[in-house]
Amino acid sequence: MSLSIVPGLTHYLVLGAVLFAIAVVGIFLNRRNVIILLMAIELMLLAVNLNFVAFAHHLGDMAGQVFVFFILTVAAAESAIGLAILVLLFRNVGSIDVEELSKLKG
Amino acid sequence: MTFESAIFYVFAALLVFAALRVISTRNPVHAALWLVLAFFTAAGIWLLLGAEFLAITLVLVYVGAVMVLFLFVVMMLDVNFDALRRNFRSYLPVGATVGLLVFFEMALLIAGATRGAGPAAAAATEPNTRALGRLLYVDYVYPFEIAAVILLVAIVAAIALTHRRRRETRYQDPAEQVKVRRKDRVRILEMPSEKREP
Repeated sequence: MSLSIVPGLTHYLVLGAVLFAIAVVGIFLNRRNVIILLMAIELMLLAVNLNFVAFAHHLGDMAGQVFVFFILTVAAAESAIGLAILVLLFRNVGSIDVEELSKLKG
Repeated sequence: MTFESAIFYVFAALLVFAALRVISTRNPVHAALWLVLAFFTAAGIWLLLGAEFLAITLVLVYVGAVMVLFLFVVMMLDVNFDALRRNFRSYLPVGATVGLLVFFEMALLIAGATRGAGPAAAAATEPNTRALGRLLYVDYVYPFEIAAVILLVAIVAAIALTHRRRRETRYQDPAEQVKVRRKDRVRILEMPSEKREP
């Protein structure tokens, strides 16, 4: 592992790992608030995309960037449907607290 | 320190700080705005990595569409966000533990995997957008079509989920209109004719 001052692949991967870990902590901290949970998922996807772009640059292979493109597509669809479900949830339950969503509990 | 590494470190620090503020701020509107900053900074880092098209796409699609959607939903819902932050501190130990574990596992993998020198980055011979477009429309055209279908499904799903019929609005029902018979509309009354008294 070369820890030189010039940023190489390792720097970008460590940055992605830090971002992913922050998002995991965010899911634990805000586990009652669905909106922040969705934002933490977006952060996770951003960390994954950062890794893909870093590897695509490092290996000189554009396929990684194509994959990032598809991840962006799916993530946009996911957040749109997730927010639609959130609006529906608020309309029916009157709250977005995860702990109040116990209707399916037998 | 070269210009490139200075930019990398500044942007990395900004990105980590913005991500920390996203998960720790009290107001979800502020969280969404910090997330906008995180996406902008990530786009800058992607520019450093030579992914110009994806960086612009990230700003256009995420900052321009997805984050506006987030802000719209946050402002539309009338939620007591302080009540959602009860027990916020009590989740911190387990959250920090899991986060640190995740980070150290990935750091171990990165330290082990990148020990050998990988192939050097190939010098870009053609513009990034042209190369990505060639790859996307030639080699990956079938997954590209599937991505389009996924977006269509997302549109239909989001509209179908949130669409609701308003009770005070009148709608036409064509089936009812076609099924209507004469006796539903016209009532013929039998009345004795009246004689006018002179």
